[in-house]
Amino acid sequence: MSRAYLLSRLLRLAVYIAAGLTLAVLALLISYILVKGLPHLSWQLFSPTYTSENASLLPALVNTVTMALLTLAMAAPLGVGAAIYLVEYASPRNRLVKVIRMTAETLAGLPSIVYGLFGYLLFVISLGWGYSLLAGACTLMVMILPVIMRTTEEALLAVPDAFREGSFGLGAGKLRTIFRIVLPASAPGILAGVILSLGRIAGETAALIYTAGTVAQIPDNLLGSGRTLSVHLYALWSEGLSTEQSYATAVILLLVVTGLNALSATIAKKIGGNGEHHG
Amino acid sequence: MSKFREQLMKMLFLAAACASILAVALICFFLFANGLPAIGEIGWGNFLGKTVWKPSSGLYGILPMILGSVYATAGALLLGVPVGILTAVFLARFCPPRLYKALKPAVDLLAGIPSVVYGFFGLMVIVPVIRDLWGGSGTSLLAASLVLGIMILPTIIGVAEAALRAVPESYYEGSLALGASHERSVFKAVLPAAKSGVIAGVVLGVGRAIGETMAVVMVAGNQAVIPSGLLKGLRTLTSNIVLEMGYAADLHREALIATAVVLFLFILIINLCFSLLKRRDQP
Repeated sequence: MSRAYLLSRLLRLAVYIAAGLTLAVLALLISYILVKGLPHLSWQLFSPTYTSENASLLPALVNTVTMALLTLAMAAPLGVGAAIYLVEYASPRNRLVKVIRMTAETLAGLPSIVYGLFGYLLFVISLGWGYSLLAGACTLMVMILPVIMRTTEEALLAVPDAFREGSFGLGAGKLRTIFRIVLPASAPGILAGVILSLGRIAGETAALIYTAGTVAQIPDNLLGSGRTLSVHLYALWSEGLSTEQSYATAVILLLVVTGLNALSATIAKKIGGNGEHHG
Repeated sequence: MSKFREQLMKMLFLAAACASILAVALICFFLFANGLPAIGEIGWGNFLGKTVWKPSSGLYGILPMILGSVYATAGALLLGVPVGILTAVFLARFCPPRLYKALKPAVDLLAGIPSVVYGFFGLMVIVPVIRDLWGGSGTSLLAASLVLGIMILPTIIGVAEAALRAVPESYYEGSLALGASHERSVFKAVLPAAKSGVIAGVVLGVGRAIGETMAVVMVAGNQAVIPSGLLKGLRTLTSNIVLEMGYAADLHREALIATAVVLFLFILIINLCFSLLKRRDQP
């Protein structure tokens, strides 16, 4: 009795310690970034140009927004279209569908540096765009595609078949059913996925260094190079200067990314999902 | 007319769905077409087996980087797997519902933090602590393992928790009915039943750790030598690419792309293991 009891207590203790550790690490990380970073936030850091005296992060912030919108403009139609095909048209036993799922899973598992190299070779070198926002956005598009595909698929699958049958019963065609019935019903779920992707884009570094480049200004057009906020933080580190600005950048980055993730989780929860996101 | 539109849109959706196939094909093509000739020129044995990476003298041995990736990942697993699995057990079986509502989003939050922020945190907190405690520069295998161990926590927790929750309640109840305690039932009946799912989570964590770049670059020290101890610096496959791609040219550049090919193959094997394990989990 006593040995079994002791073992049970030990197991319970181990489980509690592990959960406590996880929580403690998170608390330490977030509070450290906030405590160290918030005091370094100043209006100077939001001046429209980056100079060597004032490592302003506003250009990087603007570039991040441009990059995110540009990437989504390409990835969202593609990912949603792909999900519509998989859910509404294809039969699950179709061999092509299996190949599509397999490749989407492969894409989801690739490290971002591999995307970065691929984007560098294809967009920067072969297509001759040079380091540019456009090359960065095209690279991120490929990276985000499986995320949007998966979340949209889940959202479409959550629409009850009765909706579709009702629409067909009223004489609507397949296309009209998709655009008038299925997509509006699944819009919140799709939106949650899109916002989740925004978080991924804002937090991405390795895929962008050699595609969008590290110029610290806002480029004149999409073929100009510009660093996003994450790349900015990395660049500040590799230049080895401006610790204070690094702290401030880390805070802004953390707030932007976790804010987007929280928003996505809230929307997903509102529509009855379990708010579970990982990978 | 409308029939034509139906067909047209169906084709467009199909084309969108095929984009991921095209993407994988393009990625393979560009990596292999640029990387394999370089490996051929350097020689497979020299490339994978030699321990000296010195592009200026034409020496391209990536063994230190392969071992660097393996060591850092192993260190991350050593730290992250026990904590991750036990936390998943806590979330699935020990956590009061009200605490769960706070803890689950916290784990999700951990998953969403950008890797460069992890790297920055490691650089500012973990590296100085190691430096103060044991001397040296602080940028080390230990620092890389700690940061990676934290980063793979949410991956392992997420997959392992889902696997634990998928175990039928009757396993747990049956064990209780035989007189086992709550803890014993969870660890001896539920956890073994969720084994392949939990292992799948660990495998996914391995993939994340081996593919992680920014956080490792910032805390690992990046010396291209085989690390001889926990406090020595190391360079991983991913770091090798990101550090030198900026100025590399010719064979040097192709050797870096070849490094990515090796990384790519590692990841493919890991992904294959993951999907095999996941398939086994489904009844």
